[in-house]
Amino acid sequence: MTTTAYDRTIPLGVHEGRAPGWWAMVWTIATEAALFAFLLFSFFYLGSQSRSPWPPSGPLALKLSLPNTIILILSSIAYAWGERGIRAGDRARLRLGLAIAFILGLIFIIIQGIEWSNQPFGARDGAFGSLFYTITGFHGAHVVVGLLMNILVQIWAARGTFTRESHLAVTNAGMYWHFVDVVWLFVFASLYISPRLG
Amino acid sequence: MATLAPIATAPVERLHETWEARPGLYGILGTVDHKTIGKRYLVTALIFLVLGGIEALVMRVQLTHSDTHLLSPDAYNQLFSMHGITMIFWYASPILSGFSNYIWPLMLGSRDMAYPRVNALSYWTFLASGIFIYTALAIGQAPNDGWFGYAPMSLRAYNPGLNMDFYALGLLFLTVSTTVGAINFIGTVMKMRAPGMSLNRLPIFVYGTMTVSFSVLFSLPALTAASVFLFFERRFGMHFFDAAQGGSPLLWQHLFWILGHPWVYIIVLPAMGMVSEMIPTFSRRPLVGYPYVALSTIATGLIGFGVWVHHMFATGLPAVSMSFFSGASFLITIPSAIAVFAWIATMWLGRPVWRTPMLFCAGFVVLFVIGGVSGVVTAAVPFDWQVTDTYFVVAHIHYVLIGINVFPVIGAFYYWIPKMTGRMMNETLGKWNFWTMFIGFNLGFFPMHIAGLLGMPRRVYTYPASSGWDTVNLITTIGAFVFAVGVLLFVINFFVSRRSGAFAGSNPWDAGTLEWSMESPPPPYNFAVIPIIRSRLPLWEGQLGDDTPGLVPGEGPSHITEGAVLAEGRETFGTSPLEAEPLHVLHMPEDSLFPFLLAVAMLATAYGLVFSAWWLAILGGLGMLACLVGWLWPRHLVTGERA
Repeated sequence: MTTTAYDRTIPLGVHEGRAPGWWAMVWTIATEAALFAFLLFSFFYLGSQSRSPWPPSGPLALKLSLPNTIILILSSIAYAWGERGIRAGDRARLRLGLAIAFILGLIFIIIQGIEWSNQPFGARDGAFGSLFYTITGFHGAHVVVGLLMNILVQIWAARGTFTRESHLAVTNAGMYWHFVDVVWLFVFASLYISPRLG
Repeated sequence: MATLAPIATAPVERLHETWEARPGLYGILGTVDHKTIGKRYLVTALIFLVLGGIEALVMRVQLTHSDTHLLSPDAYNQLFSMHGITMIFWYASPILSGFSNYIWPLMLGSRDMAYPRVNALSYWTFLASGIFIYTALAIGQAPNDGWFGYAPMSLRAYNPGLNMDFYALGLLFLTVSTTVGAINFIGTVMKMRAPGMSLNRLPIFVYGTMTVSFSVLFSLPALTAASVFLFFERRFGMHFFDAAQGGSPLLWQHLFWILGHPWVYIIVLPAMGMVSEMIPTFSRRPLVGYPYVALSTIATGLIGFGVWVHHMFATGLPAVSMSFFSGASFLITIPSAIAVFAWIATMWLGRPVWRTPMLFCAGFVVLFVIGGVSGVVTAAVPFDWQVTDTYFVVAHIHYVLIGINVFPVIGAFYYWIPKMTGRMMNETLGKWNFWTMFIGFNLGFFPMHIAGLLGMPRRVYTYPASSGWDTVNLITTIGAFVFAVGVLLFVINFFVSRRSGAFAGSNPWDAGTLEWSMESPPPPYNFAVIPIIRSRLPLWEGQLGDDTPGLVPGEGPSHITEGAVLAEGRETFGTSPLEAEPLHVLHMPEDSLFPFLLAVAMLATAYGLVFSAWWLAILGGLGMLACLVGWLWPRHLVTGERA
């Protein structure tokens, strides 16, 4: 009979491998990604069957939406920069990165609001309008959730919750933020670019 | 250093105190014990089974004779819609979640699921969404467009009441429960297995629930999108399904069935997994073809994503599309057939003991074959055109859902209730229970095939005498009531067992899997010491010796009576996803009220939305936000090492 079944020390807390909480965020993102896939499927499905112009008043303008896309990407980069900071134990860099990411995300939402008010069609003016506002609205809601996460992580960072070893909330909120960013690229390519390719 | 301690020296009292739910209301509403949550799931889902069953019986009374006007057409529409929705969404999947919640940690050698508070949330949202959808029936505005809610009948122009608003919001609400439940199952199977329980040693039941949890993650969002579209179209005048405004009713059908067909497997694969646990126990031998059954489970889950259009053969789609989906629908019978042959071979090569759970398993195999045959013939497009929207399809769906879900579920109750309550169910009453259900079921549902072939359409509230469908319908109604008596016998047996059942002991069936290693009912901490697993059937290693499947020569036997204690708090091992190497000691969460409060806030939001009480919806939304912040707020830092 062996006296020990484990040939090494088993530590308390997660130091190697992935924590259950990390996987929870991965699968949440997976199912959210599927949701956006079905929203965009609906967009392409109705677009392919449309008998009227799609979009109804010509391709959507890129004047605001393209710079806005770049702003969201920069926000993701800022977050990643801050997260690299806490991995080296640099709490100040984390907080700065979070703050920059937050401000850029907020600018994105404000520009989205302007973008909404600029459109010549409303949400009730046919399928394209309904899909446009629903899909960008869903995405906007995800950005808002990401911003709320950002605020929480910022508060916890200020309270000294995170260390070089233990900062799962930073990682999880970051994964979510990058996901929201990547989804926007798909939304942008679908709603703004794809009608120009026909 | 985590060393092996014998079970006798485990600090059982300290473990008990640590893991027990707090007394009083806080403990009732805040408990995160997977066993309590599992039992609540089972009881709640059974109540929905009874509700859905009563709805069915009322419809059967109406259909006994031609030209009956007991129910108005509108009442009949609400009844068949609620019957379908209740059975498919609020009974069939949650009952399996209940079994998985209760049994998984016991089977896997863990002290809880990966996310205990998420588990509690999953239950409370299941209950709250059920209350929400039944509010609709209580105020006479229940969903009335069938369980698949086709457009344009679901749109406001044709359906001005709140009926379909309840439908859209109720399904959205339940989606929360199902999704977080699936994430919990996946997290548990990846991280919470006892050391040594590698993928080739996982029980098939675990494979079943794991597979469908992935299906949930990738198919349920289609229903989410569809329900949101439906609600927006009805409430805000947007256009998704209205053909006149550039929408398409077929968009609803595609989205619904992209979820709908995987859902069929979601509500059968875990049940088939339970059968794969029971048949070996009562055949007194390991499952034949374990790797093939495990792989066919996963294959069914995957191919299940490629068959949805076979629900839409009569909608005028292009022939090439129909051919593809027809082919996929034939293909999916292959993994199912593999499982059927594995079960038959296990019985054939074993020494079957015909206790009640085994009767239900055998009955299940018979009904699965009948339901499979009536399904595979409709994979052929021309035949489907002939019988679509007739009672033939109604017969098929009931053979599949009752045959592959209800029969294994009742069998599983007979099998696992002794573990849950510590008492056996009555065997004689159990046999009466089985035969009443089996005869009643076939008497009730087999004639539906004939009614369908005679041309009787589904969902008609009555039919003329000249149609000649009176006799088959009379037989069906008699069978339905006999079947209901069978279900009643089960309920009676349960209460008899609670009062006077024989004590079960830890392993009344002499089964081989880990959940039979501890006393019945299990203590709050499940395992006094965390076992180490070296084979697929750790409790049969004594009888099977070197022939125990999954045993690797040189690794030694499983350790069940000695292992790591982990009693410095709510602790259990976190293990690696493939080989289940212990990586870390996880500190598990305490009881919490937040899951309950979050579900209450969601219920308030749902009521606010359906009744256009925007203040209530906003209040609920803020409540949800507050609950989430409170839930996520970090309470302690976990560092250091533990012996």
